[in-house]
Amino acid sequence: MARLLTPMRAMLAFAIAMSLLPLLAAQFTVTLANYIGLYALVALGLVLLTGIGGLTSFGQAAFVGLGAYATAYLTTRHGMSPWGTLIVGMVFTTAVSLALGLITLRLSGHFLPLGTIAWGISLYFIFGNLEALGGHGGIDGIPPVDLFGLELGSTRAFFYVIWATLLAAIVTTQNMLDSREGRAMRSLRAMTMTEAMGIDTLRYRMVLFMIAAQFACVSGWLYAHMQRFVNPTPFSLGQGIEYLFMAVLGGAAAVWGAVFGATAVSFLKEFLQDQLPKLIGATGNFEMVVFGLLTILVLHRARDGVWPIIMRFIPQRELNRTVEPALALPRRDVPERGSDVLQVINVTKRFGGLVANNKMNLTVRAGEVMALIGPNGAGKSTLFNCISGVNPATEGEIRFMGQRIEQLGSRAIARLGMSRSFQHVRLNQDMTVLENAAIGAHLRGRKNFIQSAWRLDREEERRLLWEAAHQLQRCGLGEHLFDTCGSLPLGKQRIVEIARALSSDPTLLLLDEPAAGLRHLEKRALADLLAKLRGEGMAILLVEHDMDFVMGLADRVLVMEFGEHLAEGLPQEIQTNPKVLEAYLGGVDE
Amino acid sequence: MDASIALLLSQDGITNGAIYALLSLALVLVFAVTRVIFIPQGEFVAYGALSMAAINAGLLPPTMWVVVTLGVAVAIVDSVAALREGAPARLPMIILKNAVLPVLAVIVVRYLPLKDLAYPVQVLIALCFVVPLGPQIYRLAFQPVAEASVLLLLIVAVAVHFVMIGMGLFFFGAEGGRIPPFTDGGVTLGPAYVQYQTLWIVGIAALLIAGLALFFEHSIYGKALRATAINRTGARLMGISADMAGKLCFTLASLVGAFSGILIAPITTIYYDTGFLIGLKGFVGAIIGGLASYPLAAAGAILVGLLESYSSFYASAYKEVIVFTLILPVLLYQSLTTHHIDDEEEH
Repeated sequence: MARLLTPMRAMLAFAIAMSLLPLLAAQFTVTLANYIGLYALVALGLVLLTGIGGLTSFGQAAFVGLGAYATAYLTTRHGMSPWGTLIVGMVFTTAVSLALGLITLRLSGHFLPLGTIAWGISLYFIFGNLEALGGHGGIDGIPPVDLFGLELGSTRAFFYVIWATLLAAIVTTQNMLDSREGRAMRSLRAMTMTEAMGIDTLRYRMVLFMIAAQFACVSGWLYAHMQRFVNPTPFSLGQGIEYLFMAVLGGAAAVWGAVFGATAVSFLKEFLQDQLPKLIGATGNFEMVVFGLLTILVLHRARDGVWPIIMRFIPQRELNRTVEPALALPRRDVPERGSDVLQVINVTKRFGGLVANNKMNLTVRAGEVMALIGPNGAGKSTLFNCISGVNPATEGEIRFMGQRIEQLGSRAIARLGMSRSFQHVRLNQDMTVLENAAIGAHLRGRKNFIQSAWRLDREEERRLLWEAAHQLQRCGLGEHLFDTCGSLPLGKQRIVEIARALSSDPTLLLLDEPAAGLRHLEKRALADLLAKLRGEGMAILLVEHDMDFVMGLADRVLVMEFGEHLAEGLPQEIQTNPKVLEAYLGGVDE
Repeated sequence: MDASIALLLSQDGITNGAIYALLSLALVLVFAVTRVIFIPQGEFVAYGALSMAAINAGLLPPTMWVVVTLGVAVAIVDSVAALREGAPARLPMIILKNAVLPVLAVIVVRYLPLKDLAYPVQVLIALCFVVPLGPQIYRLAFQPVAEASVLLLLIVAVAVHFVMIGMGLFFFGAEGGRIPPFTDGGVTLGPAYVQYQTLWIVGIAALLIAGLALFFEHSIYGKALRATAINRTGARLMGISADMAGKLCFTLASLVGAFSGILIAPITTIYYDTGFLIGLKGFVGAIIGGLASYPLAAAGAILVGLLESYSSFYASAYKEVIVFTLILPVLLYQSLTTHHIDDEEEH
């Protein structure tokens, strides 16, 4: 039985089962199912925003209201077609979410939710007070939706509209997340790394917020035409918070968590509103208390929600575990061997009063391995951060391929052909090794999230994954392509970082302690790989503490101490340099 | 509008603004020390006001049962933790402090002639049965996830808000509550007639703010809180317990909230859910201060109060809209002037 359950078949079975429901179930059940579908659509947007993007919104109910009121007002007062009002509602939603996003998304993550609280409250009061929108009484007489001459007036007919929309939203969302732009979205929480791979994190947070808002708007449009009547009550801040609870309870990291969360909350609410007042013998919003307590419990005990726990009990077929061969991606021109790729000129970095780098100079040439060594705290990683734009230099000049880059951000620098690994591994631990490496190839693809939602990106996607798989194989990780990164030992995770950097086809590779945590044979394989890359004309700058590794591999070595230049030369010169020996082994002071 | 109306509106705005200022200070404090965006701050306002209204009417404060229940829960959780750490000697103190003490307090209050007690004593009793909720909530809802992201803590805070609103309706009912002013009547100050209660509010708010400043500057606990706000790990290495800091600032937050409620209940009718909007207006003030600066937060809160009272004159139906959309230009300004990228890595 277990082998029969592929995600595709499960989805199909679910769709068939759902399509039978209106034929068999009582009116009351169908109505409840309609509401669940509407809620799940909103919760799905929140799953994207909260679980994927690490942001959240309490104002989704207001977006639902925007969609509902746009169609209610325009169809009843101006006789517009519901299809036209859907477009108008979505345009409004785009404008509002764009404005809210632009205002809050550049700030720390908690300003978006605070902004959406203000937006949610404001819109609620506007609905309730505008004469044109019927005030607190609302608007009635909204016409039914008309599909190819078929009037969708009944609850049962509307059931199909709602659930077809929801399933389409789920499938396209899953497609989107399983793509180049989806990988970028799933990496948003690790902002430094993501930006260093050339990914515009602000853009993707914006996109997630706008998608979430659109899902809510569509839900509102559906609601208005199902109910044929709107008033402000279902669009309050409290309802906005309930949507968030659905996403959190179901599981903010899983697309199906939204459906589960919406179903659970709807049934629970139905039950609690019915039973609790009888039990307690008093009126009150007891379901609020229960939902609040449940949410706290889930966040304490199972942060990923209930859905992943359920999935543990469902046997699943192994996913397709091959990478399809594809055309190799186009490559960058390799600079002439021996030409200067990177020049660091008098670079100083200060953290307040602390001078971490003082007037550092270095040059890296194409087809050369330059090693940066020095005791702990010498400022090597700081210099790396200055060069790669992760934490820009205070003073001085940095040239990469002849271009000044000291003012550019890490994203722009990545675009120019510099890629790096991090001293403290920055991988998405829940994604597979292959997907992590493919993030490095982000800039080599063009297809956007809309194309990937409709699977119009498959050719490019195959090429990106093939490239990532190729780089992983070169790095000796061919057998781990489909393991999650978190399951690899730390040494191998470092190698995944190298493969990720290589997937961007860099001219200059910055490696921060690549050999740390590797065993002897692994180190030798890494040295061979780096020598091979050098042979292909790549420029490599590496920070490393393993002296055998450095001295056997590097063409030139630069030694730093206390943020300053101590010595520079060929490996054998450095090994006998008295100043270096003193820095490493300690001189005799007295 | 003539000068007398302007004066009246300003007086109103400053009175409410003083309350918002108190709340915004508590919000900034809680956020700085624990990273919790304390949405339920406003619920303490309603709980404080309505408990006082109950006592003033000679009824038992309904929140006392919550204090007892949560106290028992804290005692259980702390006892389990103590046993796990192999320190059973701490059990008697834990049980005494968290469970026995609230029960004793309930028994005492049960036999007090609440209606006939002096006003300040009534206030004190009301505070006794609302303020402990702060540290209790911290212990049960926030301490277990103290190291989680700001986002997760925010969602927990919203969940706590839901629970408190739901329970508020159960305890206090849908009717509003009002209490008599601290002192009846008023005084004519120059061109304006000022109620004594207004003077009480502004005066006590100023005193509380000064008191908080003194507390942070000169007491060892205040300094511990400041240290924790600047650097949690560093403070812990210096022996400052993050749990203690969290409970302490939640105590201050619930005290400030409940007392604010008692201050305004004589001039506005408070319903079980009024607190939420009041608390959010404190938030708008705190956001004007970037959730970081105390003086800016207080100034922002006064501004919110004034804006609210003037807009209630010009466009009363839209006063909430006007107040809450105020944060948008403020956030825009902050967004344009900050170049800081927030990187909350998950390790």
